[in-house]
Amino acid sequence: MDITTQKPAAPPAPGPAAPEDKRAARGATRPGDRIFLGLSRGSGIFVLVLMAAIAAFLTYRASLAISKDEANFFTSFEWNPTGVPPEFGIAVLAFGTIVSSIIAMVIAVPISVGIALFITHYAPRRLGGTVAYVIDLLAAVPSIVYGLWGAIVLVPHMDGLYGWLDDYLGWTGVFAWEGGPARSLLTVGILLALMILPIITNVSREVFRQVPRMHEEAALALGATRWEVIRMSVLPFGRSGVISASMLGLGRALGETMAVAMVLSPSFDISASLLDAGGGTFAQNIASKFNEATVMGQDALIASGMVLFVITLLVNGAARLIIARRKEYSGANA
Amino acid sequence: MAKRIDVSGLNAYYGSFLAIEDISMTVEPRSVTAFIGPSGCGKSTFLRTLNRMHEVTPGGRVEGKVMLDDENLYGAGIDPVAVRREVGMVFQRPNPFPTMSVYDNVAAGLRLNGKYKKSQLDDVVEKSLRGANLWNEVKDRLNKPGSGLSGGQQQRLCIARAIAVEPNVLLMDEPCSALDPISTLAIEDLIGELKERFTIVIVTHNMQQAARVSDRTAFFNLAAVGQPGKLIEIDDTERIFSNPSVQATEDYISGRFG
Repeated sequence: MDITTQKPAAPPAPGPAAPEDKRAARGATRPGDRIFLGLSRGSGIFVLVLMAAIAAFLTYRASLAISKDEANFFTSFEWNPTGVPPEFGIAVLAFGTIVSSIIAMVIAVPISVGIALFITHYAPRRLGGTVAYVIDLLAAVPSIVYGLWGAIVLVPHMDGLYGWLDDYLGWTGVFAWEGGPARSLLTVGILLALMILPIITNVSREVFRQVPRMHEEAALALGATRWEVIRMSVLPFGRSGVISASMLGLGRALGETMAVAMVLSPSFDISASLLDAGGGTFAQNIASKFNEATVMGQDALIASGMVLFVITLLVNGAARLIIARRKEYSGANA
Repeated sequence: MAKRIDVSGLNAYYGSFLAIEDISMTVEPRSVTAFIGPSGCGKSTFLRTLNRMHEVTPGGRVEGKVMLDDENLYGAGIDPVAVRREVGMVFQRPNPFPTMSVYDNVAAGLRLNGKYKKSQLDDVVEKSLRGANLWNEVKDRLNKPGSGLSGGQQQRLCIARAIAVEPNVLLMDEPCSALDPISTLAIEDLIGELKERFTIVIVTHNMQQAARVSDRTAFFNLAAVGQPGKLIEIDDTERIFSNPSVQATEDYISGRFG
């Protein structure tokens, strides 16, 4: 009954009320909204401007150095930016950075995924909590401490592993060892693996914990064992998360400075064997040389830093591609 | 191969909380038995004791006997994983494996059980999807993700996945509660066909559904919140809905309850 009496009032009254409605629909008319919009837009623009300014500065300084470089910037094994003529290239640094990070990833990713699965799916709740807590602590150790430990403890204790690798895999050349100090890319890779393990473990753990119960029960109800549940439900669901976690770890490994500088004995050559002392990484090279560098030397280091930046960007882009490629199969649209 | 279920003196716990107490019943092969009762009365918990899924919830524990023909599911040396291969289950919310295609979803159970030739798998997948009345809708997109189907189709996909391994018993935990009426009708028709081959137990909140699909109906109730759920009575569906022998059943069915 009420409905019939209200009906005539239903269409909105035309006239002076209309423009007000229009403004309300667009939002941002109240002072609070306007201020907040201004603040958030300003912050966003500020970040972009800052990034652009940094990029412009680095590009300018780097171009100064590269334009004077008499050697090939990408393939030269020299690093002599103050020489006459200046000759420097990033081949050794790129090789060292990429190889030590690959070693770190190969070691850290499987172990991290294993620990994360143990914490979320195998360990009794209390033990899992304790392990997770200890891993969190590992993430909080400063990298200089890892560096000290690496130089003082890890390097002198690598002989056994190096000897074993030389005995069984030395014939490949990649694992040949002539008995020098273990200040090599392999030791750096192992140390980096330890350093990136906590971040990969923590992120993977959170992802595995979020696997919907119903996906696990689907596998259980088919008669899946615990491992089969992990294979059918947990790992596919967590796949993109584990890739993201690995990329976070890889980012840290690529950019790690002090720990690498303390363990590696740097040299500007590429050895066929990962066990030979020597080599270098972008970040380590910058840290070791920047303080004593001339303006030209600094510019050259900045140029190498930009290459590291581009490598990191490419790696992240590749990871996003991998994640997006099978998006329709991801757990997100379940 | 449909088998008879014979439950006697079954208690199920969550930690120290007794959720269902002293349940005994028999479920005949090639029949549909419906469990009805108010929320929290333990029907789903009881259903999950029939394929040993109850014990995967933390603190879940069961006492008593569940005989599948002449084998006690809770006997010594019985592997719960093997039990679940014999007693299939369909859940309340459709849960196809989101990372798998339609085909892989149906084949998942078989692949767990061992190596099959591609042609064998093809046959079983087609047969199971036909059995779940889904074949005509998905035959052109077997390699598309299962999670891209509609809710009703996903639920039938889950039924196809469950029947692909030829279980002896099929448990359904409110299989239509997340579906629209048309999809519900499709599943109910399917249940009528599946009972030719399987022993079916279905939990439902929808009493018309229980009346439509089941041969026997069991009514569960609990005295109060915090008290264990109990089986009040089990009888032919017709009798439960026309002339139940316990007053509480009649009150519940006619909506006068509590």
